Amino acid sequence: MAEQALSAAQVLDRAAGRRGRRFDLKRQPGFGVVALLCVAMLYAPILIVVGFAFNDSPSVTRWSSFSLAWFEKVLANGDIHNAARNTLVIASCATIIATLIATAAALATTRSRAWPGQTTVYTFINLPLVVPEIVTAVATASFFALLAQQVGISFGIGNLILTHSVFCIPFAYLPIRARLEDMDLTLEQAAADLYATPWQAFRRVTLPLLTPGISSGAALAFIISFDDFTITQLVAGAGQTTLPLYIWGQLHKVGVTPEVNAISAILLVVSILFVSLSFLVGRRR
Amino acid sequence: MAVAAEAPRIALAQAAAERRFLLGRRLLASPAMIVIGVFGILPLLIMFIYSFLVAATYGGVEWSFTTEAYVSFLFQRDIFDDTLQFVPDYLQIYLRTFVLAGFTTVASLIVGFPTAYFMATRPPSQRNFWVFLITLPFWTNLLIRTYAIQLIIRDEGLVNDLLRAIGLIDQPIHILYTNFAIMLGLLYSFLPFMVLPLYTSLEKLDFRLVEAGFDLYATRGRVLRRIVIPLAKPGIIAGCILVFIPALGAYVTPLILGGGKQHMIGSLIATQFGTSRNWPFGCAQAFILMAIVLLALLVYVRSTTGKSRVAHG
Amino acid sequence: MKLRLLGAAAVALLLAGGAARADGDLHIFNWGDYTNPKLIEKFQKQYNVKVTLDDYDSNETMLAKVRAGGTGYDVVVPSDYTVKIMIEEDMLAKTEPDQMENFKNVNPKFVGVYWDNGRHYTVPWQWGTTAFVVDTAKYKGDINTLALMFAPPPELQGRINVLDDMNSLFNAGLRYLNLPRCNSNPEDLKKLYDLLMGAKATWRTFDYDTIGKMTSGDVDLSQTWNGAARRIRLQRPTAAYAFPKEGIEGWMDNVAVLKDAKNMENAKLWQNFLMDPENAALISDFAKYSNGILGSDEFMKKLDPAFVDSPEFKIPAGLEPEFVPPCTKEVTDKYNKIWTALKK
Repeated sequence: MAEQALSAAQVLDRAAGRRGRRFDLKRQPGFGVVALLCVAMLYAPILIVVGFAFNDSPSVTRWSSFSLAWFEKVLANGDIHNAARNTLVIASCATIIATLIATAAALATTRSRAWPGQTTVYTFINLPLVVPEIVTAVATASFFALLAQQVGISFGIGNLILTHSVFCIPFAYLPIRARLEDMDLTLEQAAADLYATPWQAFRRVTLPLLTPGISSGAALAFIISFDDFTITQLVAGAGQTTLPLYIWGQLHKVGVTPEVNAISAILLVVSILFVSLSFLVGRRR
Repeated sequence: MAVAAEAPRIALAQAAAERRFLLGRRLLASPAMIVIGVFGILPLLIMFIYSFLVAATYGGVEWSFTTEAYVSFLFQRDIFDDTLQFVPDYLQIYLRTFVLAGFTTVASLIVGFPTAYFMATRPPSQRNFWVFLITLPFWTNLLIRTYAIQLIIRDEGLVNDLLRAIGLIDQPIHILYTNFAIMLGLLYSFLPFMVLPLYTSLEKLDFRLVEAGFDLYATRGRVLRRIVIPLAKPGIIAGCILVFIPALGAYVTPLILGGGKQHMIGSLIATQFGTSRNWPFGCAQAFILMAIVLLALLVYVRSTTGKSRVAHG
Repeated sequence: MKLRLLGAAAVALLLAGGAARADGDLHIFNWGDYTNPKLIEKFQKQYNVKVTLDDYDSNETMLAKVRAGGTGYDVVVPSDYTVKIMIEEDMLAKTEPDQMENFKNVNPKFVGVYWDNGRHYTVPWQWGTTAFVVDTAKYKGDINTLALMFAPPPELQGRINVLDDMNSLFNAGLRYLNLPRCNSNPEDLKKLYDLLMGAKATWRTFDYDTIGKMTSGDVDLSQTWNGAARRIRLQRPTAAYAFPKEGIEGWMDNVAVLKDAKNMENAKLWQNFLMDPENAALISDFAKYSNGILGSDEFMKKLDPAFVDSPEFKIPAGLEPEFVPPCTKEVTDKYNKIWTALKK
């Protein structure tokens, strides 16, 4: 209440804002600048990566001249295609599985009084986050090996997909949970008042409101799976090389060449196209 | 009179409703429990058992029980005079990693919060574009991006070239292969994990509350501190968890940007499964780390579930 | 067993003519960027076998994976000490390369080796030495001494990269101190410890990416392998590979067949195939390291004339590369403690 002792100038200012100039109550000074700097910081390395994809010499540190040779090399390199395909398949499947499971789990654990066993669920879900990657890697590799040797079960590339799903679940879960916790309960209560069944209320009210959270969760899960290296390295079997493994394999004894930059540039273009497409499709509706 | 007669039936109905409620919740949670239980927890149990075994000569384990792995985290036989001594080396490595991860989390909050806020306050039609903009860089592989960061911060990299060109410095600043470089790399890797949860939280923010704040003559700063941030708390916490914990176990980024001169927990554990050929010790180190983090998480869970939540609007 | 081998030899003889009789798959697990695609193509055509290739970045990674089991790989390429470990732990199939048709081409000095005496399990792939490379424009003195790594002159201090490999680094240190390798003597270890801790301050990084470090200009001296040194020299002409008078380390990567390999016959064909001089030349032509097969130099001269004359492969007379066996658990434990103290 000490604020009430405002100067005359400030009072007039406020009045002017309310009357004439639009007072943007959402604006926070400097936040836009930070956001733009953030974007710039995020994109600087990308531009370099893409730039060096056109480098003539085999160096990723010294630029010599423009050349499309690396792109040709990538397009001709069957190993990279395999790796890229594996990576995309694993990441997509893991994301779908993880997001579905995480959504269900989030619905189960939020917006209610604590129920017996809830803490256990929460612990389970966060456990993959807490475990250092190298331990998950060795543990999972040993587990699948035991499964194959003693029981004779192996899911092929499903081994990798299941492993990825496990550590993707917490990443999908947290944004969905955050979103759920912030959601307006009254809307669902209103739906119930209007005689909607719980399933209808879920489908027509909860789910649409939850969509940003689910998208965030799915996006995080995909990135995590896409980039994973340590765990994939130990769990992957024959013919299951992914892009991170392929790139890392290049580093030792030979060194990085712009070939991997070319791969990245191609992937970037593909993902831009893909997202733009889904964006346009979404807008049509 | 009639109410008393109704009491047992009400109690029965309530019990049935309670059971349905529990069943519903448990059913929803079961896929997560099964998948994580079988493919996440079972392997970990195997590792836990390993941590109590003896290390085999060339790696792997021998099936005999010992607590040596845990003891050697703190006490080891001195190589020079063979006495059992307290060894602070591992604690030092753990502490350094925690501090680095902490700084990374704080930095990502400082950079991520304004960004998420900015994104959430764009007109709805623009918002998806901003989400797209933020996540697109992460479609390039992390390893390659980290090498690109190297390019920017190395002695003859872009930053130093720029600073020298405008005359601010004469000699290059050694950014690469320092702890700061590691933090930068981690910040870069984990930024979307801070921004996206924050964004989902902030996007749902009811700005009428903000308007109410302004009506009460609050400054922008006050509105931020007293209204926006408390309401964004779930997102902040989610973001911090998603950054801090993976940063603790990070392995590749510190290796490439830190120069490999100092261990972080990730490289320490990896070494145990590699040239050190001491799997039980690696497992023990991992479980010690997990124990610390799980404890903190449990404290958080106990303090947030069951509290009455303030609904917006 | 003998009969099967004779049979395999007979098949190999028949196939030498080019008529394809074998079929099926072969799953190879090798170091990254280490296998010539032309080599694989040639093998695929000759034997009608479909080959898959996956890679790893270190012996330890490969060992951890294979130890877990069920990998699906037939062939792996471990370094010398790793072969010894794998044989002792019964992970390799005894394919008897010494009885294969092309065995006569193997350089005799690589037959009686500590890790596979008589070559009952493995076939040479490539071999090299480990020392260091230094930019002679930045340092003008005599480069053939390990003192440059462990007691560097002022112009090199802070500009050095060492391999992030406990064994390579410690072996070099022990060589410099003229102490035995695989050392468990507390006094010797104290000297090693003091040496390393003192030198660490002058080192910039611990990294396997030696080529990147030298070509980007981050360091002026790097512990590295001879083939990598050659690649560095091609991009940074003043870089020269040293042959330290205190001693030089040797290593050899070998082609081994896993005990649980599903395509045993094809794996054996692969092993025999690699002992042919022309194919060995293809191996060397790709990663540019020496191979262990006699007669391949002829073919190398055609593929890459400059390669055979590279200074990195000309070891001075009197300097024998030392192939160090894996150390006992007792020694490794002590080494680990020093390594952690070095990196804490």
